[in-house]
Order: sequence, then C-alpha cells, then structure tokens
Amino acid sequence: MKALNNLRNFARRDKVFDFVDKPTNRAVDTSHGHILYVEDVTVSFDGFKAINDLNFYIEVGELRCMIGPNGAGKTTMMDIITGKTRPDKGSVFFGQNIDLLKMDEPEISQMGIGRKFQKPTVFEFHTVFENLELSIAGDKDVWSVFTAKLSSEQLDRIADVLTTIGLTENAYQRAGALSHGQKQWLEIGMLLMQNPKLLLVDEPVAGMTHQEMDRTAELLTSLAGEHSVVVVEHDMDFVRSIANKVTVLHQGSVLAEGTMDEVQNNQKVIEVYLGE
Amino acid sequence: MLTKLLKDDRGGMVFLIILSLVAVLVPLLNIFVPESNPLHVSTYTITLLGKYLAFALLALAVDLVWGYLGILSLGHGAFFALGGYAMGMYLMLQIGDRGVYGNADLPDFMVFLNWTEVPWFWSGFNHFWFAMIMVMFVPGLLAFIFGVLAFRSRVTGVYLSIITQALTYALMLAFFRNEMGFGGNNGLTDFKDILGFSLQADSTRIVLFIITAIALGLGYLSCRAIVVSRLGKVAVAIRDAEDRVRFTGYRVDRVKLAIFTFSAVLAGIAGALYVPQVGIINPGEFSPLRSIELVVWVAIGGRATLYGAVVGALLVNYSKTFLTAAAPEMWIFVLGAMFVLVTLYLPNGIVGLIPKRGAKA
Ligand SMILES: Nc1ncnc2c1ncn2[C@@H]1O[C@H](COP(=O)(O)OP(=O)(O)OP(=O)(O)O)[C@@H](O)[C@H]1O
Ligand SMILES: [Mg+2]
Repeated sequence: MKALNNLRNFARRDKVFDFVDKPTNRAVDTSHGHILYVEDVTVSFDGFKAINDLNFYIEVGELRCMIGPNGAGKTTMMDIITGKTRPDKGSVFFGQNIDLLKMDEPEISQMGIGRKFQKPTVFEFHTVFENLELSIAGDKDVWSVFTAKLSSEQLDRIADVLTTIGLTENAYQRAGALSHGQKQWLEIGMLLMQNPKLLLVDEPVAGMTHQEMDRTAELLTSLAGEHSVVVVEHDMDFVRSIANKVTVLHQGSVLAEGTMDEVQNNQKVIEVYLGE
Repeated sequence: MLTKLLKDDRGGMVFLIILSLVAVLVPLLNIFVPESNPLHVSTYTITLLGKYLAFALLALAVDLVWGYLGILSLGHGAFFALGGYAMGMYLMLQIGDRGVYGNADLPDFMVFLNWTEVPWFWSGFNHFWFAMIMVMFVPGLLAFIFGVLAFRSRVTGVYLSIITQALTYALMLAFFRNEMGFGGNNGLTDFKDILGFSLQADSTRIVLFIITAIALGLGYLSCRAIVVSRLGKVAVAIRDAEDRVRFTGYRVDRVKLAIFTFSAVLAGIAGALYVPQVGIINPGEFSPLRSIELVVWVAIGGRATLYGAVVGALLVNYSKTFLTAAAPEMWIFVLGAMFVLVTLYLPNGIVGLIPKRGAKA
C-alpha cells in the first residue's frame, strides 16, 4: 500500500520531484511584507538557555538594530538563522515559504542571507579584489568554480562594490594588510557581492574611529530598502544614528522592541542594560 | 594555456625548464658518453633519479592538500602504496612461469601459501590498461570514501591528521597479513618485465625515467591549473577561514573532497611509477612514519609553492641516499633535525630563501 502511495506521489504531475525542487531553486515569498520570521526559538548549551523562546520578525527593506548586554544571545541568534547552530525548538522562516532550519550554511547563503561575523573574517592571504571575486553570487559547485572566469559585468560589479566600501585604492592589497576598520568594510563588501536579500551584521563598528563609524552608518542606511539589514551593535551612539526600530535582547529573549526613544525609556531595559 | 598557468610562477618555470633539460640530457649522457668519462650517467643513477622524481610527484600531491587546502594529511603514503600495489600486481602477473616455483598461473607467494587459484581481486591485473586504471581508481576511491566521511562530519585539524595516520596504519597491518593476498610481509617483487620490456634492460630504465619526468611535469601543471583557478583560491580561503567560505555559499566538504581525491590519484600515479624502478612494493610503504616523512619533505622545501615540494623531496631523498650509505642509523636524527631547523628558522622552507621579484604587496 505504501509503495503504491509512493508511486502515486511519484507520478503526480502537479509536483516536481524533491531533488529538483531544491530550496535554492525556490524564490523567497515575501508577499506578507516580512523577510524573516523567528518564532519560539530555544537553544541550550549544556542546559544553559542561550536563546529562550525568542520571537521577532524583520520586514522587507527594514534596518533593524539589535542590542543587549554581553551574552544576551545576539551572536547565537545569528548562528541559528545562518544554519550554524540548530535550535532545540522553534521555527525560523525566510519569507513565508523557506524553512531555514532544514538548510545548511551554504544553502542559506545561496538563498540570500549574508552574514558578517563579530570578529571580522576575510580571506587574509587573498587581495581585496580576490576576496570580492570569491564572494560573487552564482554557481558554487566544484566544477563551475574550477572553470569560473570573471565576466565584464562581474568586473563592473566588483568595481562598484569597491567604491561602495571605499577600498578601490586597496584592491590589490592583501586583505591581511588592511586596518581593522577596512576589514570590517571588506567583509560587508563580500556580503554585498552575494546579492543578499537579508544582511546580518554582527558588531560592524567594533574597533573603528568616529569617522569610520560615520561612514559605516551611511553605508548601512544606504543598504536598507533594497536589502533588509539586521545590525547587532554595542555602541549606543552608533545605534541611535542608524536605527528606526530597536530590539533589545536579554537572556536569550526579547525584552523590548520599539524606537530608540521608546526603548531607552522602557523601565525593564533601563534596569538590565542602559542603566547599568 | 601554458603561459597562463605559469604566469607569476617564476619558480615553477625554472623548475620545468630544469626538469625538461634533465629528462633530455640525462639519457643522452648515459647513451652517448662512454663509461670512462666522468660525465657519464650510469643506469643506476638514472633509476635513482627516476625514484626521486616519483617522490617529487608524491610531494606535489601532499603540498596541494596541505599547502593550499590546509589539510595536513599524514596518510598520503597509503595512496602512494596503493598505486604502487596496483602496478605491482600487474608486474607480478607478467612473471608467468619464470618464478621460483615455475607456476605459470600463480605468483610465487600464492604457490607458497598453497593457493590453487588467483583471488578474484587479482583478475584484470594481467591487462596493463586495467592496472593503470586501478592505479588511479583505487587510491581515488579510498580518498573519496574517506573524504565523504571525514569532511561531511567536519573533522579538521589535528583530529583529521590523526585519522589519516590511523588509515595508513590500518592498511599496513592488513597488507602485512598473508591472507590478504598481496604477498604479506615481503610484498610484491622479483618483477621481470613491463609490457614485454625487461625491467633490467637499460633502455627500459631510461624510458621509465623519462616517463616519470613527464608525469612530474604534467602533475605540476595540473596542480597549477587547480591553484590558479578560482577553485584554488577557494581552497586557500578554506585553509585560512573555513567558516567564512561556508557562509559565502561554498560547499566546503565538496571542495575538500574534490581536491583531496585528486591529490590521492596523483599520489597513486607516483606509486605506480616508483614500483617498476625500485623493483619492489611492500607494506612498509604504508608505515605511518613514511607518511610523516612526506610532510617533512614539503615542509623543508616550502609549503604552498608546489615547486618547493619538489625541491624538498629531491633534497631530502638525495641526503637520505647519501647518508644511509655513510651512516644509516643517523638518518632519522638528521631528518628530525632538518625538520626542526626549518620549522624554526625557515617557515617558508628552502624556497622561501629565494627573494621574490615583483611580489605582490
Ligand atoms: N557553542 C557554545 N557553547 C556553549 N555556550 C555558548 C556557545 N555559544 C554561545 N554560548 C553562550 O551563550 C551565551 C550567548 O552568547 P552570544 O555569543 O550569543 O552572546 P552575544 O549577545 O553575542 O554577546 P556579545 O555581545 O559578547 O557578543 C553566552 O553566555 C555564551 O557563553
Ligand atoms: Mg556576539
């Protein structure tokens, strides 16, 4: 009986086979206005709940800031969205239709979620140009990568991104030789090369001078709209300079959400975080 | 094509030119210069050089995965030995009734074990083409299966190195056993001829030497082709920041698998070239120490340059031949000392001493 059912399923004309219907072939459906749904997510490490019943939603084109004290679970939250850590329970959807918990890191990246690490991570041995080249969106199976050649559009794209992140002059420098701030930008540039729909940016201004911070703020705000951007940051001035909406995390769940002013005047937030 | 592969690779160019010269001149010096002349190269020396070149090819394979991909394989000797055994099996079946027992169907060691027929996994090895396919297929398959298991479950670093050691150790124990059907302790030896040409003949030895030189040259170019491609850049990126590569959308496990398997195939070919020249293959080639030695060659020559691996292999093996004749018990200490000195004072190996012209900032 089961075999017959399987056969029926197999023969259905209205469905494509599972192996053809890879999630990466599906377009993300954001017709309800949201790009990311994080619902009831819990993760524990050896009994310690790093994320505890976390819920939040990100709108299409939104620039959201996430703040919270050290150990609040901000990085862990990004680990979950990008497939690095599997939650114990809960659901994480990209658009309405793509279940991120069923995918691994490369698939999620290919789907259009880019992530900047807390500690800036670029390919130090490669030049800035090569870093961007490696991050180009497109086929990334072994053979395509082996035979890949840069098209003129791709070269233009790299040049554009170099301008955006202000590293045109450094294009042929080893990434390892860049300053801390420049590495942060390069990493953002690498995300941009992937044409992500959603960017997760963990502490982008750590170690930056004030000038550099201002430029980063400009860059991130200019990205919003076309992309949805989630920024985790400790620097309050920076957050104030870019945020419309702020989510405060504390002990793995959302403590408050709203505009910077609302959040700052929230009694609970003052207690655990801002007032400290 | 060639110019593209060797762009920015001065060392590689020099190496290929020297290799071509050696491949042409050495046979000429053997054939046309009389033995009394000091410039004469004896057939013994040619075979010795051929052996070094086979080792150099093996070193290339190690450098590809270690230098570029960051996988410190301490088991590449296994792939080399498997390629060698595949070749040895062919050579064994060519002996025919010229063995000690004069059995036309069975190799000597099987007669000795009172076996009545050749085991199934020896079938096909009487054909040269089949054996050559197996030379590449067997190491490749082993590397592939190993890679699927190890890279999927994201074993990296020291743990990975340890299991590669375990792999070669396990194979050594297995090949030591007589029931395995590979000649046990003694391995495969007493070869007579290859494709009908006597292995003792000078001409055969010269041709084997030339073929090894060509294989090394082609091996070098194919490694270069990988290294200069975007795949090669991804490999280096994996070496330096594996997580970043994954979040950039690459399937790290598949990249590793492809390059690791390719490297194992190269090692297998090196083994197959080695065996007819030295005339024996035995389980000693699987010994963990042997595989560690390979890594030392590459470290001494210089990692992630490819030609550095060649230099290291040649240099260490030349010293070894020299020293094992003079003071055999000293060799292991000299090797250890070389390794320590190079790691401490020459992190880029011997080729790191060559000043780079027009090096990228
Ligand atoms: N892999 C792990 N194993 C065990 N504990 C972990 C692991 N990852 C995170 N944690 C713990 O989970 C908690 C949340 O960590 P997380 O890195 O998400 O905090 P964060 O909000 O990013 O902090 P910070 O502002 O310092 O970056 C911390 O207490 C941390 O020690
Ligand atoms: Mg963090």
